[in-house]
Amino acid sequence: MWAVGVAARASDLWEFQMSDASLNPQTISGDAEFGDYFALLKPRVMTLVVFTAFVGLLAAPMSLHPFVAFCAVLFIAIGGGASGALNMWWDADIDAVMRRTANRPVPAGRVDAQEALALGLALSGFSVIFLGLATNWSAAALLAFTIFFYVVIYTMWLKRWTPQNIVIGGAAGAFPPMIGWMAATGGFALEPVLMFALIFMWTPPHFWALALFMRSDYDDAGVPMLTVTHGRRSTRKHILFYTIILAALALAMAFTSAGGYVYGATALVLNAIFVKGAIDIARRDEEQCEADNFVVEKKFFRFSLLYLFAHFTAILIDSTLLRLEVFI
Amino acid sequence: MSLVREHDLHKKRRSRNAAVALLLVSLIGIVLGLTLVKVTSGGFEAVVTSQEGR
Repeated sequence: MWAVGVAARASDLWEFQMSDASLNPQTISGDAEFGDYFALLKPRVMTLVVFTAFVGLLAAPMSLHPFVAFCAVLFIAIGGGASGALNMWWDADIDAVMRRTANRPVPAGRVDAQEALALGLALSGFSVIFLGLATNWSAAALLAFTIFFYVVIYTMWLKRWTPQNIVIGGAAGAFPPMIGWMAATGGFALEPVLMFALIFMWTPPHFWALALFMRSDYDDAGVPMLTVTHGRRSTRKHILFYTIILAALALAMAFTSAGGYVYGATALVLNAIFVKGAIDIARRDEEQCEADNFVVEKKFFRFSLLYLFAHFTAILIDSTLLRLEVFI
Repeated sequence: MSLVREHDLHKKRRSRNAAVALLLVSLIGIVLGLTLVKVTSGGFEAVVTSQEGR
């Protein structure tokens, strides 16, 4: 398949070279701008990766040289972007069906699917090798596993097979703080595992709340979503179940070295509000939701964004205060 | 006046080439920066010591 793709691309290039573009007023389709290649890396997802990896790196008890720390976060972000490009290469068929993703570079025809594959593979190799050279090979191995997990386990295997796809996909997004911690220390600890668990358990309630009020077109694409396979009533119970476990894990973090006074106070308040929101969602029925246009679900979804950002910011503040020896 | 009319494709490619050039320069900067940090902070000493010990 790879050889066929390369041959097809070479043929396109040959045809282009034979016909001078200045004499041909028609724009050649598939000639992408730089922004299209950047869009393959899913920049919005990369911001979460950058932020959480940075927090994981800074919360670690050992410190890296600032330039090495910058490079480590950059390579983790590039690794995340590479897995995004590989995801777009594999999922081009379902992206073309769904309205939300139909304008992505591959289904829109601006970038060839084989180009997305090549970019994804090249950046995967680059990010893993450079993270290993800059920090340590344990962190590089974990980054390589994260890319493998997201692309092979989630995208190729489980996404189209199980309604728990959101839960599994959440794991891939939860690795960056762990990689950041490992880049700084070279090993595991309870704190990065809890940071992983925080994002992992946060992802399902966040996306299922969205699925409740967004009339999703995943069904048309043949992707099993919990709201469709198990019904909306069951999705509401799932949200409550995951939120309660999430709250327990988030509060447990306060008793580790990564959590301090700021984190403890933040976690206490935010988890009380989040659990209350999940209970409200679980108690509601579809008639109520239709009547008020899903106001509770929308509020819960918006709050979930603040929830994750505030928890990691609190960890960042506490670790900074600890380094400045403010609370000692 | 230019003999060849500039096509939209040329504009696209110029911006793409400029971005790639910028990326390559950034890569050189990163490799140079990492090397300097590793050399000055003794990041390579462990490797040299372990090789000498063989």
